[in-house]
Amino acid sequence: MKENPDTQARRVQDDLRLNYGPNKKFITICAGTGCRAYGSLKVKDALEAELKKQNMNVEVLATGCFGFCEKGPMLVIHPDKYFYQQVKVEDVPEIVSKTLAKGEVIGRLLYRDPDTKKTLFREEDLPFYKKQLRVVFGRNGMIDPTRIDDYLAIDGYQALGKALSEMTPEGVISEVKKAGLRGRGGGGFHAAFKWEGARRAHGSPKYVIANGDEGDPGAYMDRSLMEGNPHSIIEGMIIGAYAVGAQDGYIYVRNEYPLAVTHLTMAIASAKEAGLLGKNILGTNFSFDIHITKGAGAFVCGESSALFASIEGRAGEPRAKYVHAVEKGLWDKPTALNNVETWANVPLIINRGADWYAAIGTEGSKGTKIFSLVGKINNTGLIEVPMGTTLYEIIYDMGGGIPNGRKFKAVQTGGPSGGCIPESLLDIPVDFDKLYEVGSMMGSGGMIVMDDRSCMVDVARYFLAFLQEESCGKCVPCREGVRRMNNILEDICAGKGREGDVELLEKIATGVADGSLCALGGSAPNPVLSTIKYFREEYEAHIKDHRCPAGVCKALITYSIIPEKCTGCGLCIKVCPTQATSGEKKKAHKINNDKCTRCGACIESCKFEAILVK
Amino acid sequence: MVNLIVDGKNISTTEGTMLLEAIRGAGISIPTLCAHEAVSRSGACRLCVVEIKKGNRTRIVTSCLYAAEEGLIVDTKSERVLNVRRLVMELLLARCPESEVLQKLSKELCVEPQARFIADSDKGKCVLCRSCVRVCEEVVGVSAIGLFSRGSHKTVGTPYNEKSDACIGCGACVYVCPTGHIEMFTTGDKRKIWGRTFKMKTCDTCGRYFAPVDQLKYISKKTGVPLKELAICMDCR
Ligand SMILES: Cc1cc2nc3c(=O)[nH]c(=O)nc-3n(C[C@H](O)[C@H](O)[C@H](O)COP(=O)(O)O)c2cc1C
Ligand code: SF4
Ligand code: SF4
Ligand code: SF4
Ligand code: FES
Ligand code: FES
Repeated sequence: MKENPDTQARRVQDDLRLNYGPNKKFITICAGTGCRAYGSLKVKDALEAELKKQNMNVEVLATGCFGFCEKGPMLVIHPDKYFYQQVKVEDVPEIVSKTLAKGEVIGRLLYRDPDTKKTLFREEDLPFYKKQLRVVFGRNGMIDPTRIDDYLAIDGYQALGKALSEMTPEGVISEVKKAGLRGRGGGGFHAAFKWEGARRAHGSPKYVIANGDEGDPGAYMDRSLMEGNPHSIIEGMIIGAYAVGAQDGYIYVRNEYPLAVTHLTMAIASAKEAGLLGKNILGTNFSFDIHITKGAGAFVCGESSALFASIEGRAGEPRAKYVHAVEKGLWDKPTALNNVETWANVPLIINRGADWYAAIGTEGSKGTKIFSLVGKINNTGLIEVPMGTTLYEIIYDMGGGIPNGRKFKAVQTGGPSGGCIPESLLDIPVDFDKLYEVGSMMGSGGMIVMDDRSCMVDVARYFLAFLQEESCGKCVPCREGVRRMNNILEDICAGKGREGDVELLEKIATGVADGSLCALGGSAPNPVLSTIKYFREEYEAHIKDHRCPAGVCKALITYSIIPEKCTGCGLCIKVCPTQATSGEKKKAHKINNDKCTRCGACIESCKFEAILVK
Repeated sequence: MVNLIVDGKNISTTEGTMLLEAIRGAGISIPTLCAHEAVSRSGACRLCVVEIKKGNRTRIVTSCLYAAEEGLIVDTKSERVLNVRRLVMELLLARCPESEVLQKLSKELCVEPQARFIADSDKGKCVLCRSCVRVCEEVVGVSAIGLFSRGSHKTVGTPYNEKSDACIGCGACVYVCPTGHIEMFTTGDKRKIWGRTFKMKTCDTCGRYFAPVDQLKYISKKTGVPLKELAICMDCR
């Protein structure tokens, strides 16, 4: 009798499952790009060598990113789940002889909560992880992404087996629809509607594509998924292809992600070998193959029509067409394009059911979202939270607040063309609709936190400068309009702003948003419009009073020394590169503003906060 | 046939007709810069925008690329439309201050140059409408010119701005350019275009210089018509 694909998949799993039983001793060490940069592979090698030396049979799993990258290299010792961070090669002998051999913990490698000063033993105790719900991303830390067996052992490809044996393509679509899965790459479009459209569309072959271009500076959740759990994306795509009726798939990976390409390539090969991909998947008559395309490097290549053009071998420029990609996408054939994270959610929905999934999140946004937290925040890294978690919880509970006791000012969400959200809105639940409502967007989930030393005009200028460079230059409003807005912002920051500039910026912004060909131009005005909306007085201060309230715009600030605070220690004289500071020892010093370049070196050096920026 | 309402007027047109043609057919004018009839449409200039209403949703679309749909309500002069058009004109005037075509068009549309924009001096009259690139690729079939770089650095020309071996000197690009940016000089037996000098051929009948030799060779190769038969100018044929 022919084995049913589901039982077949389960049997493979049972064979494999647990190697990692509940009491089994093993180590997972993060080998994501971040921790690798801190030397995690060396720590892994040292661990293996030391274990051999001490004759211990403990497996060391090099896994994907744990999310808390700034504390790397990091590892977890199972089954006790002790979490060690900032581990160095020198720590290895002690880890083996104490923790592994005798179960003793090593205090200095544990995480200390900077607020409570308490030492925390396990990952789940850390404030960074505590409020997270890591259903998609957390599995990164459990497996070696180069081994399909590891993925199978955590129920990998079970959803595929279920879909092929128990569900019709329409059934898969309706399950995903019921779950309410929305695209994680930008627009938040309902995945099921896209698949349905592509399924119904005439034309053959049909394609499914995973968008792993991830052009947002500072964002790397897609990289971490591709590196750390490639099979989850592949499984999602196979299920999607089954639902859509696609024979071929592409993963479009950013060129700068070599490790992601390596792991995806290995995963595709081993999935094929296991009969999970390729001809007659799991013995059914459904066949599907996946190819990898390396991105052309431009931010705009992540835009759907530019991405198709790039895969087709043409210049990665958006195309102006009012026909949806589900009907005419790649090579003008029906195509379902989804973000990498969107695909990784699919097996979860099939495995645990739409009801389970839809119970997480808000009315209009279901499930979880991975965010990258960067900027002026204590804990930087990747977090996964249920949709609807407030900005406050993300920034203060998980992010640990603003460093050096400074004040929160704004958070930019949604990548370079997202908006800046002020303190008064920290209580909003983060979901697709709410972020849009306040003038920003979900984008791919980037969050850049700014403190009171950030000038919001300068911030808008920074993002517009990025977008000006990244505009493909095809259409007039974006190519010329973003440049002109950037010029005006530069003027304002340089003290050359004019009366009426803010109103003019608003007018250009509206025209660019309305008139641009693709969503890059369509959203490029967000940084300008949102900062004007929430920080208009800061623009006015620059233009009318020639003052930068945050003390950032060099043309508008002067440095001086508060005589009452200055002890005359002379440190600022030592550090000033232009000899602008002077004074006798133990007497209040002075700054010569003709020489001062406003580099800030004196501020950094002064222990008495005697330097005033105005 | 599909029926739609444009600026309050009922219009019907054949299925598949672009809004631009449908609207112009009804006697309503729409400015364009990049929709040359000889080439496919790129949607680059955004001058032809209109606001459409479907159900409760309104949207700005380029009329040159949006096919007429049954029941569509189109506004060609809404505030949003005029704002985009005005912006595009201001941006282009600042990019190509020398262009007479743009000056004339902006007068017609009642748009003044935006004083806050510092005019460019390095862009010539090119608005990057792409018509030249498209005609060279789609009609002539040699793809001698293309678009290079991105964003505001984008330019049109031959690869690396070097003399192109692919160019046949036909001048089709000059013909479709809306602003007269491309320079072509034809004097006696020589034609200069895109940095290259082409030798002109005289007409076997009237003896007048009428086409570059390279162009005739290319046509002969492509169509199989012997070069000899092509050596007579249009007037004498
Ligand atoms: C300029 C620009 C860049 C984009 N970059 C990405 C990207 O890097 N990754 C991505 O998934 N989507 C990106 N998108 C969104 C895609 O166009 C598309 O909407 C998305 O991949 C669809 O998948 P989803 O529905 O699962 O989000 C970008 C859009 C624009 C306009
Ligand atoms: S909006 Fe910008 S990126 Fe998009 S097509 Fe126009 S110029 Fe290119
Ligand atoms: S003159 Fe040269 S560049 Fe211009 S259309 Fe003819 S072949 Fe192309
Ligand atoms: S040279 Fe003329 S035809 Fe070519 S892109 Fe520029 S404006 Fe258009
Ligand atoms: S790379 Fe190790 S935690 Fe992110
Ligand atoms: S004429 Fe339609 S975009 Fe240029």
